[in-house]
Amino acid sequence: MVWGCAVHYESGKICVLRFSRKSNNMTEIIKVEHLVKKFGALVAVDDISFEVEEGEIFGFLGPNGAGKTTTINILCTLMKPTSGRATLNGYDVIRQQNQVRHSLGLVFQDPSLDIRLTALQNLKFHAFVYNIPRTVAKKRIEDVLRMVGLWDRRKDEVCNYSGGMRRRLEIARGLLHHPRVLFLDEPTLGLDPQTRNHIWNHILELRKRQNITIFLTTHYMDEAEVADRIAIIDYGKIVALDTPEALKRRVGGDVITLKTENDGKAIEELRHHHKIEARRDSDGLFFEVANGEEFIPLLVSGLATEIHSISMRRPTLDDVFMKLTGREIREEAGGEGVMRRQWAMRQAGGRGTRFHH
Amino acid sequence: MGNASGGGQRDKVPPLSNLRVIYIIWYRDLLRFWRDRARLITSFAQPFLFLVIIGTGLSSGIVFLGGASDYDYIQFMYPGIIGMVVLFTSIMAGVSIVWDREFGFLKEVLVAPISRSAVAIGKALGGATIATAQGLVMLVFIPFVGVSISAAQVFLLIPLMFIFAFSLTSMGILIASRIKTMESFQVVIQLLLFPLFFLSPALFPVERLPSWLGIPVRLNPVSYGIDSLRQVVLTPSQGMPSFGITIAGHTMSIVEDVAILALFGVIMASLAVWSFRNQE
Repeated sequence: MVWGCAVHYESGKICVLRFSRKSNNMTEIIKVEHLVKKFGALVAVDDISFEVEEGEIFGFLGPNGAGKTTTINILCTLMKPTSGRATLNGYDVIRQQNQVRHSLGLVFQDPSLDIRLTALQNLKFHAFVYNIPRTVAKKRIEDVLRMVGLWDRRKDEVCNYSGGMRRRLEIARGLLHHPRVLFLDEPTLGLDPQTRNHIWNHILELRKRQNITIFLTTHYMDEAEVADRIAIIDYGKIVALDTPEALKRRVGGDVITLKTENDGKAIEELRHHHKIEARRDSDGLFFEVANGEEFIPLLVSGLATEIHSISMRRPTLDDVFMKLTGREIREEAGGEGVMRRQWAMRQAGGRGTRFHH
Repeated sequence: MGNASGGGQRDKVPPLSNLRVIYIIWYRDLLRFWRDRARLITSFAQPFLFLVIIGTGLSSGIVFLGGASDYDYIQFMYPGIIGMVVLFTSIMAGVSIVWDREFGFLKEVLVAPISRSAVAIGKALGGATIATAQGLVMLVFIPFVGVSISAAQVFLLIPLMFIFAFSLTSMGILIASRIKTMESFQVVIQLLLFPLFFLSPALFPVERLPSWLGIPVRLNPVSYGIDSLRQVVLTPSQGMPSFGITIAGHTMSIVEDVAILALFGVIMASLAVWSFRNQE
């Protein structure tokens, strides 16, 4: 099933309306088969296979160090896989590197601009390197700079740009050669909410204008919601791949959070009277039920332990991740193992990590 | 592949020709150099200190070659200082790659549909051009040093400095393609740059050195670069000692110096290209 989406913005929240689209006549723009990448003893990507349909927004969701960036680096020809194969736009990422590189645009997690040059010079360099004829390049540069609202600042050195402006410029640059696939590796990492929204506006606007495939990695849940399909990746493996709705249905209804006088007693009661296994986190107890509205009155009348507060919400992708892996996706919840994994991958992959600006 | 939505293999853009890749990489380096004119000014400081302080200081305490020379010590040292500037600036080409890696720009280059060999060559030529320009700037010290150089000598210096610089920038790129962080690059440079400089005839003539020092100096490719510059700048009159490097009684000519440098340059450039292609 392939999903189309229309998006509008309201008070800074991303709202997504979905409608299904005929699923025939679609092609796989990215095809990954049994991909493995090892850094010494560490298995960063552990035998993953998936396909990305042309024109969809495909989300790669997982905690830091899960193997998202490594997978992107392989698809972008920046790294060679240990085993397995992948094609992009029909080209093999190992044997047909030049064609693959022409077919993709990239916005890296870490900045990749020449900050000593102006925005215009950065884009001219890109146009030249991608062999775009000079007259065409001139027009496209103006188009993309106007799209991201940087036309007036085009002659400024990039070192005078804010983080959000730099990221917008990188997106503009990634689109300059009209790629078939745009990779966005944590495109809004470290940006304030307003700038994040601004950048998402551009990305979704773009999606409407061109039939471009967007491959997105993020650990922000609300950003992942925008995707047509999401692959959840953890410790190098894809643990689930589906539409955001279908993933959330797996959680099994509504999520109820409970604060009580005595959590241990409440868990016992829930187990005996309602056959529910409640779990504990920093906010109190939580569990899923099929129909929250009907369950809450039963709970309030039935529970002997004193209840301080009850809240109910629709499941989020956070809940999905929790359900699938037993952990929270947030960075700080990663723990020492994840940190060490990330560190080892950085050492092996040589990703610049010092100068974030 | 191939359907109504235009999927698959649509963009058959020919890759950029290698010459144009070399050009754009070279051009970017020059553009950055030009925008960073402060570097040009500060690059005077070190050679100035060497010439004025060390040169004057040593001249006041010793009589150069026992007085058996047309040239005094500052004049002798001057081509060595030009060589030092070329050497130090050339290694900066390697620094610029490490810098590009730290600031991320290298990824933009590595993911582009262009030949990495051409990128490495463009980088080496860019660095060599800048180093040659910096070396030429050192000619402003001529009046202070008191040597006379004709226009013909200057025109000879340019290709010599360029070949010298090209071999050194290639070496810098070779190192930089294997080194991921600025800190480790600085360590390598410290371990390499000063021996290369001090184990050369930049500050003293080679001829009278004891063999424990004379042999490493003769094995150092930088020696031949500095020797060729000195042979152009200083032309001792008949009967006065020449400063050329002697190997088994034979004094190296400029052509022989250049041949050694060119060989070193070709080896370094080949290794740099190979290493740059195979990095992740």
